[in-house]
Amino acid sequence: MAEFLFEIGLEEIPARMIAGAQAELERRAVAMLERERLVAAGAASRSFATPRRLAVWVANVAEQQEDITEDLVGPSVKVAYKDGAPTAAAAAFAKKAGIAIDALKTIATPKGEYLAATSIRQGRSATEVIAEELPKELAGIYWAKNMYWRAGRPERFVRPVRWLLALLGSKPVNVSFGGYEAGDVTYGHRVLFGEKPIRLKSPGEYEQALEKSFVVADVEVRRQKIRKALDKVTRTVPGLRWREDEALVETVTQLTEWPSVVLGGFEAEYLTLPEEVLVTVMRDHQKYFAVEDKDGKLAPYFLAVLNTETDEAGLAIIRHGNERVLRARFNDARFFWEFDQRLSLKDRVDLLKNVTFQKDLGSYAAKTTRVRKLASALAGLALERRCELNPVALDEAALLAKADLTSELVKEFTELQGVVGGLYARAQGFGAATADAIYDQYKPVSMEDSVPRTPEGAVLAIADKADTIAGMFGLGMEPTGSKDPFALRRAANGIVKILAETAVALPLTLGEVASAACGQNDTLAEKVRGFLAERLEFYLREARGQAYDVVKAVLAAGADDVRDAVARAEAVTAVRGSDDFAAVSAAFKRMKNILHQSEGSGEPDEATHSEGVALHPAQAVLADEAQGARLRVTELLGRSDYVAALETIATLRPHVDKFFEEVMVLDPDPAVRQSRLVLLAAIVDDIRRIADLSEIVVAG
Amino acid sequence: MQAIAEKKAAHTFQELLFTLQRFWADQGCVLQQPYDVEVGAGTMSPDTFLRVLGPKPVRIAYAQPSRRPADGRYGENPNRLFRHTQLQVILKPPPVRIQELYLESLTAIGIDLSQHDIKFEEDNWEWPVGGAWGVGWQVMLDGLEITQFTYFQQCGGMDLDPICGEITYGLERIAGFLQDVDSIYDIVWAVEPDTGRKVTYREMRLAEEEQFSAYSFDYADVTKLWEHLNLYEAECLHLLEEAKTFEKMDALKLKRFPVLGAYELALKCSHVFNLLDARGAISVTERVGVMARIRTLVVGVARIYAAQGQQISELAKK
Repeated sequence: MAEFLFEIGLEEIPARMIAGAQAELERRAVAMLERERLVAAGAASRSFATPRRLAVWVANVAEQQEDITEDLVGPSVKVAYKDGAPTAAAAAFAKKAGIAIDALKTIATPKGEYLAATSIRQGRSATEVIAEELPKELAGIYWAKNMYWRAGRPERFVRPVRWLLALLGSKPVNVSFGGYEAGDVTYGHRVLFGEKPIRLKSPGEYEQALEKSFVVADVEVRRQKIRKALDKVTRTVPGLRWREDEALVETVTQLTEWPSVVLGGFEAEYLTLPEEVLVTVMRDHQKYFAVEDKDGKLAPYFLAVLNTETDEAGLAIIRHGNERVLRARFNDARFFWEFDQRLSLKDRVDLLKNVTFQKDLGSYAAKTTRVRKLASALAGLALERRCELNPVALDEAALLAKADLTSELVKEFTELQGVVGGLYARAQGFGAATADAIYDQYKPVSMEDSVPRTPEGAVLAIADKADTIAGMFGLGMEPTGSKDPFALRRAANGIVKILAETAVALPLTLGEVASAACGQNDTLAEKVRGFLAERLEFYLREARGQAYDVVKAVLAAGADDVRDAVARAEAVTAVRGSDDFAAVSAAFKRMKNILHQSEGSGEPDEATHSEGVALHPAQAVLADEAQGARLRVTELLGRSDYVAALETIATLRPHVDKFFEEVMVLDPDPAVRQSRLVLLAAIVDDIRRIADLSEIVVAG
Repeated sequence: MQAIAEKKAAHTFQELLFTLQRFWADQGCVLQQPYDVEVGAGTMSPDTFLRVLGPKPVRIAYAQPSRRPADGRYGENPNRLFRHTQLQVILKPPPVRIQELYLESLTAIGIDLSQHDIKFEEDNWEWPVGGAWGVGWQVMLDGLEITQFTYFQQCGGMDLDPICGEITYGLERIAGFLQDVDSIYDIVWAVEPDTGRKVTYREMRLAEEEQFSAYSFDYADVTKLWEHLNLYEAECLHLLEEAKTFEKMDALKLKRFPVLGAYELALKCSHVFNLLDARGAISVTERVGVMARIRTLVVGVARIYAAQGQQISELAKK
């Protein structure tokens, strides 16, 4: 048994791809070793990654595969020998078994005598197997974008390979890939250690040897080192705090091998620019952390994470350089801000004719016209249902929503679209309702993002997204599989999330949104509605953590009203643990089956039901109780109190149980049978208003 | 800070260029002069765009003034230019130590890497009109993007083999950094050795920025620009059409066939398009169409360039 270490040295891997590739290399290497019987299942392993390397370490790797002994049965003796001499069939079998013909045995089977052999497949050495198998695993690693670099285009990888290291115990393993053969050599930090080779005697030395060469190979250790350094450096100015930003911590962790942190400052006068702009410049463009004071207000400082360590003089140079860049960026932003004020948002609307939205859907001017119409239609529906919404502000926001796309600030900082429009609207004296709606129109950009703060913003955001979806679907550009180039799924998720979470009830249904967005085209509207319903299913599962069967049950009872579907799903989840509910679910399934079986079997129509039919006592009780329950349930459903409604239905349990125990539904007398079917149908319908409980998986 | 500024003042703009050219000449690069037709980037010079095609090894370096009419700011913005200068280094096939060589070039211009923070951050490049793309990095020095580093993968819609390494230095950026000035116009271009007078970037280029910004935003005659575009395009298309008869040409006619001339015409179209764009004269509906027209020219030229090279070598074999 020995430790195994493999490292592939690369030119800088894109930060966004490192974590995935690191995990995949570890998974593939371990699976390969297991498959090849070189490690036991669940072997201990670790992995490492920096911008310039991916590595995997595995404990307890066998140096040799065990031999495999196999008992083989060959052709029948009759076929294997002719006139006492072995035939070609015997020779072929001996060759397959890897032994001489005269060493073959014969065994007796019910079908007669057969040739047999015990074959021993000799285990191969681990170095041989790894050298053969590992390159295939490397070639299989997924990269979002890869490249050729060697003449003749022999392989593609994320970036050119620069070295390979493979050690089994103290022995190098002959893995070759990308024009390199693995050895026992790795390399340290580009600048701090240079190009000197670092020779390893054993896998266990790896982490420490790199540490001495200014590389922290363990990603978690590097992340913690950065967090600590951020804390420490920030504390040098009393009262300051760095703004937590997990995604940024991840990025800088993947951009560095030997991180350190420098605190820089900028002139306080830039704080007059909107915080959104300053933070975007620092975070998105410079990968700097923003710093705030005790009250959470932006302070004129930033933190840069460096991939080096230097003395005070060097640090002063680096700080100065970063400050200079940031000042230039802020100057640009201020210049754009001031320059943009020369033309009001109103005047910019006209310029949108020259900004393409999508080549077949026309310009943003055309989109603006469509979105205004759509927003106004949706607002009409919302107002009818007493949503508190200011239609004038909404229309103004819809008109001005895309105007910021012509501003210099948005051209420079595209991620601030909408936000800039909102800020300009305020600066230019538009009302808060208008400005906030413009500001929030792209929300939510992800499942984690918040929804628009106001009903005007919510309607505008829905209209904008629905217009894009309807337009793209109209062109046949629907998302397929993993391909969704126009992020239509994200847009649809956004619509669902807004309808589900907008604080002020926005009583719109998916069907209404789809129809309004698709105009007269019913086929298209149906498609869009289906797409939105599919996203509702996703939302219930992913954002609300609802179980798969609950989601199916609830959506089978209706997938149009988002808030209602969420409430129903939560109610089902809340009561599903109770015994009564489980029993009612089972009964529901039974009733549904009975109704299904009796369908189309020539039943008399419902009008002729139970009059004059003598009721079985259990049926009479159930009918009574069900009648009472129905009144309460109807009232509870009116208040959307689904938990209470389900609990009410669950109280029918003893009566349902008794009914099924004592009564045969499919009575030979058609009138009796019909009266029982009608009763069951009524109960099933009550429950179905909440969820199709036959979808619920009952444990045990 | 004073000490920093003094230390960095060592390089004038022109010394920076000399030093980098000297460095790459020592690595075996042929120093080419800037191409004399308007281009938007050093990549568009035929020394890059056409020479990366085919199997022939290339090492070449040149400074390329690059015009981007829409980026003009009448000389009022300290960081943005209508015309900036790129130093373009083309290495086909890329040497194994290409990154290390690049870092050595920084040392050569006086950047002590032990006192700076340098990162290679993913940044891929593409020029859809040229059917060209590559993967690579932007090189960040103390938070400043100083270089675009690309491994060319495709050009003219054709796979490259071998691929090509391209290093593009932003000379104004680097000079501003080395001289620690906040405005490009304050960069010292040269110093008169006898008088010690400093000639600045402002002195050399400001008028050009002011006038060309005004030309592209305010003066350029849209109707005439469209005419120019149509004329250049027609002539380029005519040559592309004639290139279909390569197989019937004898060796002399073949090698004299003006593929390079066709490329210049395509570049002219590209530049006129940029002017029209800056002038705000291209509507949404037109835009996609005009870009497709120019793509037809540029990609078409790349194809006939490759075809010409192949046909010549086939004739030589006979």
